[in-house]
Parts: sequence; C-alpha cells; structure tokens
Amino acid sequence: MLRYVLRRLLGAIPTLFLIVTGAFFLIRIAPGGPFDRERTLEPTVMENLNRIFQLDKPLWEQYLHYLGNLARGDFGPSFIYRDFTVAELLAAGLPVSMTLGSLALLTALLLGGLLGCIAALYQNSWIDYAVIATATFGITVPNFVLAPLLALIFGVWLSWLPAGGWNGGTPANMVLPVIALALPQVAVVARLIRGSMIEALRADHVRTARAYGLPTRMVVVTHALRSACLPAVSYLGPAAAALLTGSIVIEQIFGLPGIGRYFVTGALNRDYTLVMGTVVVIAVFVVLFNLIVDILYAALDPRVRYD
Amino acid sequence: MTDAAAPGPQTVSRSLWATAWLRLRRNRAAMVSLWVLGFYILAGIFGPMISPHNHATVYREFVKVPASLTAYPRPDAILPQAERVLSRARLTLDEIALDGETLRIEASSSREIDPRVTRYLDRSNLFSNARITETSPDGTRVVMEADVARVHFLFGTDANGRDLLARTLISVRISLMIGALATAVALVIGVAYGATAGYLGGRIDTLMMRFVDILYALPFIFFVILLVVFFGRNVILMFIAVGAVEWLDMARIVRGQTISLRRREFVQAADALGVGSGGILRRHIIPNTLGPVIVYVTLLIPKVILLESFLSFLGLGVQEPLTSLGVLISEGAKDMRGAPYMLFYPSLALTILLFALNFLGDGLRDALDPKDR
Repeated sequence: MLRYVLRRLLGAIPTLFLIVTGAFFLIRIAPGGPFDRERTLEPTVMENLNRIFQLDKPLWEQYLHYLGNLARGDFGPSFIYRDFTVAELLAAGLPVSMTLGSLALLTALLLGGLLGCIAALYQNSWIDYAVIATATFGITVPNFVLAPLLALIFGVWLSWLPAGGWNGGTPANMVLPVIALALPQVAVVARLIRGSMIEALRADHVRTARAYGLPTRMVVVTHALRSACLPAVSYLGPAAAALLTGSIVIEQIFGLPGIGRYFVTGALNRDYTLVMGTVVVIAVFVVLFNLIVDILYAALDPRVRYD
Repeated sequence: MTDAAAPGPQTVSRSLWATAWLRLRRNRAAMVSLWVLGFYILAGIFGPMISPHNHATVYREFVKVPASLTAYPRPDAILPQAERVLSRARLTLDEIALDGETLRIEASSSREIDPRVTRYLDRSNLFSNARITETSPDGTRVVMEADVARVHFLFGTDANGRDLLARTLISVRISLMIGALATAVALVIGVAYGATAGYLGGRIDTLMMRFVDILYALPFIFFVILLVVFFGRNVILMFIAVGAVEWLDMARIVRGQTISLRRREFVQAADALGVGSGGILRRHIIPNTLGPVIVYVTLLIPKVILLESFLSFLGLGVQEPLTSLGVLISEGAKDMRGAPYMLFYPSLALTILLFALNFLGDGLRDALDPKDR
C-alpha cells in the first residue's frame, strides 16, 4: 500500500510538470502584459520594470528560471499585489479557502449521504420525492444566485447571521458561505447515493444479510452503504479539490479573503506569477484528491487491489 | 420495389419519434417546461419590441424605484417635483393642484414671465405637453397646465434608472441566443468529429479520440478565462470559442453510437450498394444518432447559459448597455440591501429558465431512452 502511494506521488511529478509548462506558455501567449495600464508608462520605466522582473529575457530562459525557482519552493513576486510575494498571498488565503471548503465537504458528505439513504429506503414515498425535489433545486440554482439570496434573507432581512466578511474566521461568518458552497454538492451526493443505494439494497449480499435477520439500520450502514458510496466518492474527489481551492463567486459575494479570486484577477491582469501559483496549488490538490479517491476505493471495495 | 419498400422503414422511424412524443406528453414536468421554454423564446424575441421601455433608456427621476404594479410617479412625489422645477425656473408658486392626469399650476414672478418657461416642465421626465392657459395682463402671473406622464416599472428600475423588466427581457434574449449559438457550434463540430472517428475506426479513431482526451484534461475555467483574454469582450466570438470547447462530450456520445451503428445491416447494405463514406455518414449514421444528441443538446444549453451568466457575473461577459442575467444578478447582489427586487427578478428569471431546460432534458432522456422501450 505504502509503495503504491509513493509510486503515485512520484508519478504526479511529470503530470505537474506538464501542467506548469502548459499553463506557463498559454498565459504568456495571451496578448498584453502585467504593466499595461490605461495610461502607458514611460518607456524607460517600462524597461526598468521588465528588467527587474526579468520579462526582457527570452521566453525559454524565463521558463527555466521559473522552474528552478518553483523547485526551490519560490513562487516569485506578485505583479499586481505590490509588496507581496505569491507565496505570501497563497499562505494568507489558502487557510480561509480550505476551512470553508472542508466544512462544505463534510456537510455535503454527511447531509447528502443521509438524505440519499433516507430517500432510497423510502423509495417512491413523499420523503423520496421531497429529497429529489430538493436535490433538483440544489443542482439547478446556480451558486451566484443562491449566495446573494442567502445573504439577503439571513443576513439582511432576518439579521441572524453576518451577510459577509471574514472577521477572523468566527463561526457565524462561516455559516452562510459554507451553506452556499455545500448545497449544490449536497444535492449531487444525495442523488448519487440514492441511486446507488437503491441498487445496493437489491444486491444479493444485502438480501442475505436481511435473511439472517439483521436489523435494517445495520444492513444499511454496514452492508449497503459501503458499496453505495463508491460513486459519491469518485464524484467528490475532483469536487473536493475545487471546494478547497476556493470559489470566486462565494468569495466575491461574501467578501472573503480566500484564494479563489486570485486566478481570475491574476489572469485578467496578466499577473503571470500569481496565475502560475494558483494553477500549481489547484493542480496539487487535484492530484492529491485523485490519489485519496483511489485509496478510498481500495478500502471500500475489496475487489480493488493495489499491489 | 422502392414503392413497396418505402412505407416500411418510414412508418417504423415515424413511430420511434411518435412514441417518444407520446412518452414526453405523459411527463407533466417536461410538458410544463416546454410551455415555459416557448414563453421564454417568445419573450426573448418579441419582449424587447413590445416593452414600453427601452433597455438603455435612463429615467433620472426614477433611480432604484421598487417594483410595483401601480404607475410612477406616485401622487405624493409629483407636487414636490413640480415645486423643484418651478424654483429652478425662478417662479413663485401660488397654487398647485393635481387633477387626474393634469397638473394645474398658478405661478407668479416679479418680472414678466417668458412663455418659454414651459420648457422647464417639459424637460423633466415627469411632465409632458406643458402649456400656458392664462396669462395676467401684466405678464407676471401665469396659469400653466401639464400632463403627468405615467410610467409603469413592473420590475422596478436599476441603479441608473433603467427599467428592469426591459433589461430582463433583453438579457433573456442574449442568454437564449448565446445558448443556441454555442450549442450549435458544439453540435456541428461534435457530431461531425464523433461520427467520422467512429465510422472510420482503427488508428484514425484512436488518434482522434486521444486528441479529445488531451483537451478534456485542460482545466475548463482556465481555458475560458484565456479565451476572454484572447478575444477581449467580443461576446459572439467568445461563445463560438466556448462552443468549440464544449463539443468534447458530444463527440464521445456520437462516436459511441456510430460504432454500434456501423455494424448494423442497413449500413452494410448501403456500403454494398456502393454509397461512399460521406453519404453513409450523412444519410444513415448521423440521423440515427439524433436521439441521444438531442438529449445532450437540451442539457448543454443550460450549461452554456449558466457559463455565460457566470462570466457576466464576474464582469467578463456582454458590454453595456446590453446586459445579461449574470450582470443583472451581480448588480442586484451589490445593491441587495437597498433594492432586493434588483436581485430577485433576474435570479427568478434565470432559475426558471434553467429549471425548464433541465426538466425538459430529463423528460427527453426518459422518452428517448431505448432501455425502457
């Protein structure tokens, strides 16, 4: 098992390398530069800026330079957030995004799983239909509609919770963003679990367990759920990577200092180092969660073996 | 022989679509969605034409007025406004009365009043057709009448005083247009690519699908942002590009269908009769892949509309004075304390549209699903 994990981690290095290379050249071929302003800068100023940030060197030299720095863990300085290095920006924003993301992920897993199981157990009853309706609602309503409505209802009209801001991470400030992040995921997980649970409840091993006279709760939790959560696990792998690296919409609406906005603002302002830093972080998360999904698969499904 | 053979396959193929239609008709959610969608399309095409307000017209007197069924200006707002206008015209107000739709003003001045003073009233959006009915002999007192222009803002107005209903209608048009455009691009590329790869098979197929796999691996949002960076704010061009990204799933679906169709008797028969590859693809393969393709298209349209709204929400979409549901929602989210209706109506419009498209897609999938037949 350990050897498998190590091999996968080593195998991730070429993947990351390819992603970094692709992203580096793609963002560079985009027209414009980081110092393009409404009012053009003096040529000498521009020249100096380019020299300081080594933008005057040939592209391949910049690329090698960047790779070398990256290997040493140096993401470089940010072009638009003056006085900050990309590493500082990420270190400040990532804990916020990860806290919110992991809470949302936990909510999605627990609530979605619970709703899905209940719906499957009472298939075609009003409970089932209520869960399906909620899930359809959660999947269809986009998060940039849901988030402001939540802020409006619970933050402004009812004044139960703060409508925005981070405030050092007090729990009250986290409730609404976590709900807005989690609800679409809850909906998808509930639908996936419901579907696979209905199938699992009809499976032979579950029927056998029932024939032995085991209580329903035990049959569901220990026998059916194990195979039923496989699709949800493979869905939640990439979803977790996306949740933990922040959502620009949620951060913008609730005014949170996460890292979701860095990618878009970085790309639009040609802040090359910031874009690259975000891409690297996202790629690492994706690779990591794909690995976790595969390990979980082996743990859940005895037919899957990694030797 | 052709005459005898023709009705056979024709009735069969007609019954396939007829069965699907019958099944769809029994699905109440899908039928309601179909009506809603029809309404949206009509609203998108004709709504901006018959709307009493233009989406770009600015009503300076009515900035951020709440949605209401009764007409603006409110009676209690007319008199202060008239007083303001008169003070700007340097007239002393002696008597003012509102009689239905006409405003009657008696005003005086220390000097002789120029008859052109009515223009002050006309210049305000509230009043029109101002006229002097009586003038005192020395010309220092006048009685003026003006019609009060009554306007309805069913959805209220935005932060610049533009009618939100007209803006919602125009953005529905934009959303539907972009959804149709990007989906059409994806449809054409995906079907042609997938059918070619599936029909030719072998090494070409492997090569073509490997290319699709590579494109799949690119992070989608990165790609979209890059497209924005490349094409700037040219929305049409951008959505052709988005369509050119979204064709991957379509190509996979069509390829899978084509591989199973390629071995069917009617394709072999056409091949044996000497029909070329292009002819077989056009006449036999592509028409038979339409079922799943239609389902996928109805699910792709909401995806594209959502993507457009998302980009507009971030401020990367259409340009003023044109607007889109994403822009309206983002403006509403900024102003939700003072003007919650600005968030509410565009959100509702987008959500209903997405619901209708999703339900219709689900209904079509159930209706066309060969598994249940």
